[in-house]
Amino acid sequence: MTNFEFESGRLRAENVTLRYDERTISENLSIAIPDGSFTVIVGPNACGKSTLLRALSRLLSPSAGQVILDGRSISDLASKDVARCLGLLPQSAVAPEGITVADLIARGRYPHQSFFRQWSTADEEAIIDAMGATRVTDLSGRLVDELSGGQRQRVWISMVLAQETPILLLDEPTTFLDIAHQIELMDLLADLNGQGRTIVAVLHDLNHACRYASNLIAMKGGAIIAEGKPSAIVTERLVEDVFGLPSVIIQDPVSNTPLIVPRGRQTLDAAAPQVTPLDTSRRPGMEQHRD
Amino acid sequence: MSATASSRIDFGRSVQVVRRFGGRLSGRLDRLSIFICLVLAALSIGVAALSLASGKYPIALVDVLAAFAGLGDEQVRMIVVEWRLPRVALAFLLGGVLAMSGAIFQSLTRNPLGSPDIIGFSAGSHTGALVVILLLSGGYYETATGALIGGILTAMAVYLLAYRRGVQGFRLIVVGIGVAAMLSAFNAWMIREADLQIAISAAIWGAGSLNGLGFEQLVPVAIVLCIAGPLTLLLSRPMRQLEMGDDAARASGVTAARTRLLLMVLGVALTAIVTAAAGPISFIALAAPQIAKRLTRSAGVALISSALTGGLLLLAADWAAQHAFGAQLPVGVMTVSIGGVYFIWLLIREGRK
Repeated sequence: MTNFEFESGRLRAENVTLRYDERTISENLSIAIPDGSFTVIVGPNACGKSTLLRALSRLLSPSAGQVILDGRSISDLASKDVARCLGLLPQSAVAPEGITVADLIARGRYPHQSFFRQWSTADEEAIIDAMGATRVTDLSGRLVDELSGGQRQRVWISMVLAQETPILLLDEPTTFLDIAHQIELMDLLADLNGQGRTIVAVLHDLNHACRYASNLIAMKGGAIIAEGKPSAIVTERLVEDVFGLPSVIIQDPVSNTPLIVPRGRQTLDAAAPQVTPLDTSRRPGMEQHRD
Repeated sequence: MSATASSRIDFGRSVQVVRRFGGRLSGRLDRLSIFICLVLAALSIGVAALSLASGKYPIALVDVLAAFAGLGDEQVRMIVVEWRLPRVALAFLLGGVLAMSGAIFQSLTRNPLGSPDIIGFSAGSHTGALVVILLLSGGYYETATGALIGGILTAMAVYLLAYRRGVQGFRLIVVGIGVAAMLSAFNAWMIREADLQIAISAAIWGAGSLNGLGFEQLVPVAIVLCIAGPLTLLLSRPMRQLEMGDDAARASGVTAARTRLLLMVLGVALTAIVTAAAGPISFIALAAPQIAKRLTRSAGVALISSALTGGLLLLAADWAAQHAFGAQLPVGVMTVSIGGVYFIWLLIREGRK
C-alpha cells in the first residue's frame, strides 16, 4: 500500500476519540480506508473494533476528532446522503415478524425514496440486482423467519446491497454461521469487492481475514497495532502481541496467504508436527508495524 | 410506462405498483391489505347504519338512508343525523385513533404488549381525571383537561425513567407496567377515600363511555385527528425502518432518536384525546393492530388497517354496550371483555407454537 492510496481514501477517521458515556474506547485514532479495498478489522474481544466501525458509519459520533467522508465531516452530512454512500450491516438487525425476503430487501431502498416516490423503477432494478448477486432470488417470496442462518445472512447483505452504496461496512457478518456458510459469505464479499465496492468488515476469524483481506487492521486496547496487506504484517509476534496467543504461521496451501496455527498447551514438544514457518524476516511492510 | 402494474419481484404476496406523473409519484400497494381495508370499511358502514337504526325509537334502515338523503320525516332526520350520528362517528374515530396510537407504540417497542394502556398512559390519564373529579370537583371539560395532563405527565415520567442512552422498547414496557401498577393503586386509594356520590361518578368516568357524547366532543377529536393522523402517516416509513433496530434504521438514513420522540408525542397525543373525550377505553389500542396484522398478514404493524380495525371494533362494542344487554353499559366494559377474549386467543395461539 502506497502513501498515495492512503490519502485517497473516501472514508477516514482523523484523530478520533471514541467514548461510551465516560468509558473511553479509543483515543486519537486515525485510519483511512483505501478505496476499492477489502479491509478487515481484527482484534480480541472488546478491543474497540466494532466501536471503530460504528464511528465510521456515523452511528457513534466521536467526542474528539472527526470521521471524513468524501472530504467532509460525516456529522455535517444529512443522514440520507450518508446512507446513499455508506451501507452498514449491524450485528443487531432484527427482521420484523412475518416479513418476506423481498419486502425486507426493499427496505434497503429507504435512502433513495421519499414520501411521494416510494417505488421507482430504479428501486425495482436495484432489488433485482441485489437478490441476484446474493443468490436469494428464489427465496424472494419466502418468510425471513423460515430461512436458515446462512440464507438469512445473505438476505441481510442483499438488503444492504440494494442500498447501492460504494462503501459497505459489515459487523461480524459470519458469526453464527457454520464453516461452509462462512466461506460462502466471504466469497460473496470478495465478489462484491471485485465489482468495485469498498468493503470494511469486522471479523473474528484471523485466517479468513488473512485469506480475503487486501488490507488488514489489527487492533488492541482501542489502538491500531498494525495495518497493511496480511502477508506483509501478519507475524507470530503480531499474533502474540494482539491476541496473546502463541502460534505458528505457515503458508495457506490454497491461497498462499498466512495461515495462523495456534499453539495450544496440548500440542507442544514431541508431538509437534513438522511445519514450515513463513520466512517473515526479510519481507517488506514490517515498517508499518506501529508497535 | 404503465401507470399500474404488477412487480417483477416475487414479494410472496400480490402487489400492485403505481407510478404517476412521470414517476414523481410512485408506490407499491399490497392487494390483500387493500381488500381487507375495503372490507373493514364496508363492515364499519354496516355497523354504523345498524347503530343509527337502533335505540329507544327504532328506525328502519331504509329511513336511515332516506334521512341522509334529506328525504323522509323531519323528526327521523333529527334523530338519525343530529342525535345518533355524532356518537356513531365518535365511536369510529376514537376507535381508529386508539388503534393508531397502539400501532405506533407496538412498532416502537417491537412488542405486541407495547400499547398505551399497558405502559401506563391510560392509568395516568385516570389519575389526572380523578384528581379533578375528587379534589377540584370539576365538570366534563375540567375532567378532560385533567386526563390530558395526567396522561402526558405519565408519558414523560415513563420516558425519562426508561431513558438510558436512548429509549429501548423493552425497558419502556417494563417501566410502564410498573408505573401503571403504582398509579392504579393510587387511583383505587383515591376512590376509597372519596364520598360515595363522587366516587360513583369517578367510577363511571373510569369505565370509559360514549354515553351522552355528541357533536360538541366530535369537533375537538376531529381536529386533533386531522393534525396527528397525516403526521403519523408521514412518519410511517421511518417507523417501519426503526422496526429493524436502531443501528439498521440509522444506517439506512433515519434520524432514529428524533423520529422516535416525534412518534411517541403523536402516540401520546392520540391516546390522550380519546381519554379526555370518553375516559379510558382499554384494549382497542392493544388488540386492533394485532388483529389487523393477522388479517392483512403484514410485516410489523400497519397504520391504516389498524385504524379501520379499531374503528370497527369500537363501533361494534358501542352498539353492543347500548343495545345488546337491555341496559346501557359503558363501552369500556365491552372493550375489556373483547380484550379478555383477545388475550385468551393470544395465549392459545402462542401455546400451540
